[in-house]
Amino acid sequence: MTPAVAAEAAPGRRIGGVLMEMRNITLRFGGVVAIKDISFDIREGEIRAIIGPNGAGKSSMLNVINGFYHPQEGEIWFRGEKRGSLRPHAIAHQGIARTFQNIALFKGMSTLDNIMTGRFTKMKSNMFWQALWKGPAEKEEYQNREVVEKIIDFLQIQAIRKTPVGRLPYGLQKRVELGRALAAEPKLLLLDEPMAGMNVEEKEDMSRFILDVNEEFGTTIALIEHDMGVVMDISDRVVVLDYGRKIGDGTPDEVRSNPEVIEAYLGVGH
Amino acid sequence: MPIWMLDTIEVIINGLMVGVLYSLVALGFVLIFKASGIFNYAQGVMALFAALTLVGLQSGQVPFSHLIKAVTGIEISHFGWELPAIVAILLTAGVMVIVAILVERLLLRHLVNQEPIILFMATIGLAYFLEGLGDLMWGADVRAVEIGLPQGGSLWFENLTKGWAADSGYWGMYIDKLDITATVIAGILVVSLTLFSQYTRIGRALRAVADDHQAALSVGISLRAIWVIVWSIAGIVALVAGAMWGAKTGVQFSLSLIALKALPVLILGGFTSIPGAIVGGLIIGVGEKLFEFTIGPMIGGATENWFAYVLALVFLMFRPQGLFGERIIERV
Repeated sequence: MTPAVAAEAAPGRRIGGVLMEMRNITLRFGGVVAIKDISFDIREGEIRAIIGPNGAGKSSMLNVINGFYHPQEGEIWFRGEKRGSLRPHAIAHQGIARTFQNIALFKGMSTLDNIMTGRFTKMKSNMFWQALWKGPAEKEEYQNREVVEKIIDFLQIQAIRKTPVGRLPYGLQKRVELGRALAAEPKLLLLDEPMAGMNVEEKEDMSRFILDVNEEFGTTIALIEHDMGVVMDISDRVVVLDYGRKIGDGTPDEVRSNPEVIEAYLGVGH
Repeated sequence: MPIWMLDTIEVIINGLMVGVLYSLVALGFVLIFKASGIFNYAQGVMALFAALTLVGLQSGQVPFSHLIKAVTGIEISHFGWELPAIVAILLTAGVMVIVAILVERLLLRHLVNQEPIILFMATIGLAYFLEGLGDLMWGADVRAVEIGLPQGGSLWFENLTKGWAADSGYWGMYIDKLDITATVIAGILVVSLTLFSQYTRIGRALRAVADDHQAALSVGISLRAIWVIVWSIAGIVALVAGAMWGAKTGVQFSLSLIALKALPVLILGGFTSIPGAIVGGLIIGVGEKLFEFTIGPMIGGATENWFAYVLALVFLMFRPQGLFGERIIERV
């Protein structure tokens, strides 16, 4: 990622009020504390990065946000309301979509079908019409196909529309997974290491897509990423975790100069 | 055409027809295995239970009549009316949906993320429970299914084929009308299931759940709802299979054993493939009839009892994932 790309993304964006707030979240697995009393917020329209060394609790935090894990303590506020202990599919219906660290696509299905499943929360026709596939259901199917085709164009994956995703190379699978999350038109998009295992070129492409999504659709994005260069370039604010605690929170520049963060990343001389 | 050739053709056709019935039972297994990774041992008993319920409802039998008599002393065994076949079929389908909901509520929900073997054990329990419940509700008598399915040989086909033989003594081929009906119904069932799973939102959700539970949840698909739907569909497939087998052999408790014949079908076709279940059933059906017809007389007959299992065994050695199953690749 060149600095020029990041600078390009700046105009036309607007960061609004708080979209999601995590208050004093504590998550334990048996006796192991994965997340300890962490609070931070995500504002509307921003790109918020969660970073930290391995085992810091980043993925756990993402899993708390989308409901795979339920914290023992703390409150989650989403769009001004306190969220109860919902199951993940219900949280998806609230407008939170995500991708996974180890790609979780429907491998036997085509790119098109995978992205269509992303529309699940947007389609409402009941079983009866579905069975007959007439009238409302048919119309709905076509309307949703249109949205999906737009996403396919946007991500430049027209050539692999009909390919079973299991056969695609890694970088493209990551892109399809992003497409599936986008298809839900999420209020909050969670990306778990969107660039893990990619080469420089693929990373640049992915950074470009993330910035474009944020800019063109105004989607709020929270992402976990290990590549510090990328994180510092594309995110508005960064929260830093270490051993389940929060050790830093602020703009990339603030975080970079935070002594505790430097210590966590570089180790301290004894 | 010489008569031995015509006889062979007749055997093949009859084998195909029996195979369709095997396929129907196997189909129920595949549906549940694909969506939840559970090998549903109770599938055969579900077919029995559905057939019992169908016959019981249609003939106006009072469910639990023995139990009612034992507890309250009131002797009532018959409502005094008979339902039209179509009403009885729809009601039975409703009962199978209720069974699906109860299975999800009482069984699957509490066993999420358990080992497959534990889920398998649970379905064994379910099988015995349903068998007992069927007995308690409708009694243990052998019953006939009378829902207007055609019975007996097809005279039309017999006349059609009579002229094919060079000899004048040829009687024509015998094909059971019931088998033809079963084939048509199974065909309609498979085509509509395929269309449903390919082109509808719920169908896509079914495939998604089959592929990856976590990802399915993340796009807003409720696993519980999908399980209820899958078990309902499997219940309705069981109803069709139960009605067909019941019409063929009478509704009796040995019906639940046809599930065992589905096992070699699944090994041939693969546990995860709907076309596999169909083709596997047809191969087993034709294979066992042909084997009985050609080799059977030389080794004393009754080969139909074991041929399917031996074929499955041979298959396991060379293609353990089945004809259409997902290839087992371990990436290192």
